[in-house]
Amino acid sequence: MTGWAMALFQRDLRLSVRIGGSALVGVLFFLAVVTVIPFGVGPDLNLLARIGPAILWIGALLATLLGLDRLFQADREDGTLDLMMMAGRPLELVILIKCLAHWIATGLPLVVAAPLLAIFLNLDPVSMGAVTLTLLVGTPALTLIGAIGASLTVSLRRGGLLLAVLVIPLAIPVLIFGVSSADAAIHDPVPFLTPFLILCALTLIAAVVGPIASAAALRFSAD
Amino acid sequence: MAFWDYANPTRFLRLVQVVLPWLIGFCVLAFAAGLYMAFFTAPEDYQQGNTVRIMYIHVPAAWLCMMCYTVMSISSIGTLVWKHPLADVSAKSAAPIGAAFTFMALVTGSLWGKPMWGTYWVWDARLTSVLVLLIMYLGLMTLWRTMDDPIKAGKSAAILTLVGALNLPIIKFSVDWWNTLHQPASVVRMDGPTIHPDILWPLLVMAVAFTLLFFVLHLMAMRNEILRRRVRALRMRAASVSRPGTAAATAQPAE
Amino acid sequence: MELGTHAGFIIASYALCILTVLVLVAWVRIDKANQERALKELAEQGISRARRVHESR
Repeated sequence: MTGWAMALFQRDLRLSVRIGGSALVGVLFFLAVVTVIPFGVGPDLNLLARIGPAILWIGALLATLLGLDRLFQADREDGTLDLMMMAGRPLELVILIKCLAHWIATGLPLVVAAPLLAIFLNLDPVSMGAVTLTLLVGTPALTLIGAIGASLTVSLRRGGLLLAVLVIPLAIPVLIFGVSSADAAIHDPVPFLTPFLILCALTLIAAVVGPIASAAALRFSAD
Repeated sequence: MAFWDYANPTRFLRLVQVVLPWLIGFCVLAFAAGLYMAFFTAPEDYQQGNTVRIMYIHVPAAWLCMMCYTVMSISSIGTLVWKHPLADVSAKSAAPIGAAFTFMALVTGSLWGKPMWGTYWVWDARLTSVLVLLIMYLGLMTLWRTMDDPIKAGKSAAILTLVGALNLPIIKFSVDWWNTLHQPASVVRMDGPTIHPDILWPLLVMAVAFTLLFFVLHLMAMRNEILRRRVRALRMRAASVSRPGTAAATAQPAE
Repeated sequence: MELGTHAGFIIASYALCILTVLVLVAWVRIDKANQERALKELAEQGISRARRVHESR
């Protein structure tokens, strides 16, 4: 990684860890969602164990969506985004690095918290590991897809809700294959590797499409 | 190149003026023929009885909601690549029509499903992907409404439309896969034996009628959008003339 | 003609489709009337596309 990329990465990481502690808020929100679900569906431990992976995935999706509007908003408000776009570096790469930093600050804590929350949902060790693994592979895709929505709504004053509406349909495949591969590890209707590899493929596709589309959106909103 | 000539909105409006009455006429004729055939010449299905007549609006509506998205995607490429001045007008005015056709497909689908499957809604692969399509249409419409600059809104929406176009096959594939996992073929499949010509012909006529209806509505909505932009441009010019006009007058008193 | 036991569903789906199409047609026509009225009002105030040439002399 060249010098400027490393510098940008460190700057973004430092900012997102410091300001408002967004990483911690995301995990707290994740915890709140997981806590609320048993009140909705009842405390039946067998049921919770069956839908546990789905609850964890939906919680992670919502927590990711919650933090996404901070991806470009703060940088746009203080003018940093304009500087980055004028710096002559490939904007796609800049966005990829920003997404990586954002994911490490907000996505990775969710993955780390997932095994802990899985205990509440009565998941056995195998499915606990499976869910954590799928979240580790899948949440980057959510951040990268979300970057498209974040850059489209960056110029709007209250874009958070619209962002969620725009991103959720695009995130459906990730959700399907994330939950499916976690389920496949528990009561295998299909081998675990089939949906898991498709999930990996989705993340890789998102890593290409996300930065390109999001860079285009940022360029258009700037001029 | 005739196509590029119609990049000029005024010339396009003139073309619409000429073409629209003919299109409306053909559309009404096609609907008359299609509805007559659907109700009077088409036979009952030996399994589904008369409910098969819902198919004559359900299938064309479902087909049209896909075609409308295709039109929007092509228009979006036109916006981003060629910066064609009518492309984002076309994409913007297609979105509500597409949403309406998607809504029709969903409603007729569940009204057909109730007598056939015993329930209004199943999380069947097709129904689910059409529902996702409806959410995408509504999201696009909201994006257009929240941005006041039509050029910027058009470009943003074009990017989202194209990302959606990339994603729709993936969604379709993943929903299909998810569906086979959860529902082992309990739902009545339409693609059973080959369709009898007595059923196929009314279906084709209705599909043509719906397509004509789409083009009629699309052209009319595009005309409205062009007029709306004119009004907007004139109002902005009026505002810039009347208010900073005083400043301009003081700036050059020599005149 | 006879629609059988499920006549309600058939009529409801056709009626809803017709309603949706009517709403679309009404939207298009009302929108057109609104824009044309706005253009006419602007023209009455002396702001029209034709005069752009003269103003920006």
